[in-house]
Amino acid sequence: MTDIPREEYILKCTSACAGCSDSLTLRYVLKAAGPETVLVVPACCTSVIQGIYPNTAMNIPVYNVAFAAAAACASGMSAAFQAAGRKTNVIVYAGDGGTVDIGIQALSGAFERGTDFLYICYDNEAYGNTGMQRSGATPAGARTTTTPGGKAQTKKDLDAIVAAHNPPYMATACASYPKDLFSKVQKALSIRGPKFIHVLSPCPPGWRYSSEKSVEMGKLAVRSGMWILYEREFGKVTINRPSKAAMIRPVPIEEYLEPQGRFKGISPEALAMLRSVAERNAERLKREEEGIC
Amino acid sequence: MLTVATGNKAVATAVKQACPSVVAAYPITPQTEIVEQIAEFVTSGELKSQYIPVESEHSAMAACIGASVTGVRTFTATSSHGLHYMHEMVNWAAGARLPIVMANVNRALGPGWNIWAEHTDAFQERDTGWLQVYVGSVQEAYDATLMAFRIAEHESVLLPVMVNLDGFLLSHSMHPLQTVEIGDFIPPIRLPHAIDTAHPMGYGTLTGPDQYFRLRWDIERSMRDSVGVIRETEREFAKRFGRRYDAVEEYRCEDAEVVVVAMGTLGKEAEVAVDLLREEGVPAGSMRIRWLRPFPRLDLSGRDVVAIDRDYSFGFGGVIARSLAATEGAKPFSVIAGLGGQEVTYDDIAGFVRSRRPGEEYWFGVMPDV
Amino acid sequence: MYEVRIHSRGGQGGVTAARLLALAAIRDGKYATACPFYGAERRGAPVVSYVRIDDRPIRVYSQIRHPDLVLVLDPSVMDVVDVLSGMKPGGRVLMNAGEPREMKGFPTCAVDLTGIALRENLVVAGSPILNTPVLGALAKMGVITLESAKMAIQEMFSDMRNVAAAEAAYRELVA
Repeated sequence: MTDIPREEYILKCTSACAGCSDSLTLRYVLKAAGPETVLVVPACCTSVIQGIYPNTAMNIPVYNVAFAAAAACASGMSAAFQAAGRKTNVIVYAGDGGTVDIGIQALSGAFERGTDFLYICYDNEAYGNTGMQRSGATPAGARTTTTPGGKAQTKKDLDAIVAAHNPPYMATACASYPKDLFSKVQKALSIRGPKFIHVLSPCPPGWRYSSEKSVEMGKLAVRSGMWILYEREFGKVTINRPSKAAMIRPVPIEEYLEPQGRFKGISPEALAMLRSVAERNAERLKREEEGIC
Repeated sequence: MLTVATGNKAVATAVKQACPSVVAAYPITPQTEIVEQIAEFVTSGELKSQYIPVESEHSAMAACIGASVTGVRTFTATSSHGLHYMHEMVNWAAGARLPIVMANVNRALGPGWNIWAEHTDAFQERDTGWLQVYVGSVQEAYDATLMAFRIAEHESVLLPVMVNLDGFLLSHSMHPLQTVEIGDFIPPIRLPHAIDTAHPMGYGTLTGPDQYFRLRWDIERSMRDSVGVIRETEREFAKRFGRRYDAVEEYRCEDAEVVVVAMGTLGKEAEVAVDLLREEGVPAGSMRIRWLRPFPRLDLSGRDVVAIDRDYSFGFGGVIARSLAATEGAKPFSVIAGLGGQEVTYDDIAGFVRSRRPGEEYWFGVMPDV
Repeated sequence: MYEVRIHSRGGQGGVTAARLLALAAIRDGKYATACPFYGAERRGAPVVSYVRIDDRPIRVYSQIRHPDLVLVLDPSVMDVVDVLSGMKPGGRVLMNAGEPREMKGFPTCAVDLTGIALRENLVVAGSPILNTPVLGALAKMGVITLESAKMAIQEMFSDMRNVAAAEAAYRELVA
């Protein structure tokens, strides 16, 4: 594994919340991508953490664009770089709302067209920027400002939707495993065509846990099997080592849920839904890895 | 070269000559032929562009924005519902100061479904910071498209330009078309704020009230400066290619005591009505407004005005009639006509003039005859 | 200004006939416009197209109310459409038929365009091509020159059978 470079592309003056794993994720993404990179950011927490015009905390060009428009904007950018013969990485860095909800049409279009870009969805499982309203990515039972009694539906299966487009590379990641994240971004950028990385992004104010625990929350998500680290390269699935271990000896889901205020008082039905989604995802990935389906 | 073409083909031909690096578009009646023709030019190699067949108009404009900010020339085309589906990004393009050129084939908005000519679609985008030109012939659709690139990309403008042509009446009508060798008429694009990885910047970052306000004023300043750039571009076009255009096309206005003000094909049809009225001894003239933004000045002093609006702002009035009242203090006879492709002939227009009632509004074909 | 109204059914090539006629007139050195009237028609429904020819630039976009010439590519539309509506005094009719019919006293010419197309093997997707041969008939009637008719056809179609069909229609027009 390559060493993570010391260069920083996200400077020490962001307006991120304390303990924000979005900025941690972005730090490793940019270290992997390097300076010949443009970031396309739709409305999301990252729109804010860059700072206020005319200042910016980012040391690469960042194109901020309307909520539903990121993947389409990146399509145009990628085509323009191609027309100009420039080899510049185009990376969409979008939240879950801008990906699974309002941005999914543009995402689907860009993947279907085979756009040469990397789409990263950092997923804090709600509309964080506007104060934690439910999104399609909010898991069952989670309280948000628009699901005060806990969400009644399960989390939208974004990865299955993306997989249906047969991209050459897709993966999941989490900033609690920085080397894994770093190497996945590097690998993705070495491949032509549409690539996708889905990053779980624990959010202290949104999930209601204390802000020093973000790395730990990401690890608990993986160890409990609530978040599975894997890659799908040209259709071939590899479940990564931390999740392999978790499949053999998982920590109880409750250990992941308990520190999070959003799951406080979760109903047994919602808990069962969370458990069954996690089990279904694990089973499906295992079968895919073994080549059974 | 003298050839024949539909309005759509004329636009596509001009785009081919302007050679944008990226075209992103989504088909919609009656614009479809523009997209098809460009796709054909790209496939045959006549046009060396990246053509992005996007999945929606919102994405069409988003893709043009993403491409344009890298510093390359871009084009898209749409109509009616498509224009409104991209509305958010139409604003974005102007706010981001990107010289995107878009053809809009004017068509009514549903419901009910109606595919025919009306200007309300583009009029509803008039406050977005786009320059808007409305053409009256196939030749003008071609000429205006060529000029649009030069105007949009001019360093004193750097705002997007929308070229509007009447659905079917122009988009699907075949007229003579004189194409030109453009030479260096459109200089290479140079976007001062193009993305440069060696000099990273934040684009469209969070902006506080004071800075935002300043950026809005910058747009208005460029809009005002565009008046001179448009004039200079139209003069240069006339010098090189022999066809003369102005913000307002006047017809027999010198001694006119009553003028018809209209846009698009109705503005041309009005000229025929003027000839008819002159034969009857009515000292009539016509003014065809070409540029809606920046809105031009019209010399209406001491004249009766008959304003024909192929558009409407509900609860307010015909946009042209109300605009003339606001900018020129005119008291026009405001005729609302041609909505949803309603047939309006030169005879009808002559009738509006003969029976004009200054200050009143009249819906042609709906209200009892004047 | 000379105004031509073309009646046909969707899919029979009325729009292309209008465009060819306008192109031929332009090749004659005139100004011309061709405006199809687009409704919600579907294949087989009666449709109408307009051609205007003049010595000066044409500024009229509205539909033709008072034609100088009515061209009927499919006589069966006469069951549902009054093709003579608004005819100018002295207006003429050209019909795709073997023999001219009585058309309320308006001078009528006929030519069997369908027969010519079948003879020249000008058939696309099972339908005979009417819009190229008709230019020959229009030339015979003096609306355009035969030279320009042939030029227009060759500009839009590479198959020389279209020109042969137009020449046949020129010869076979029955006044």
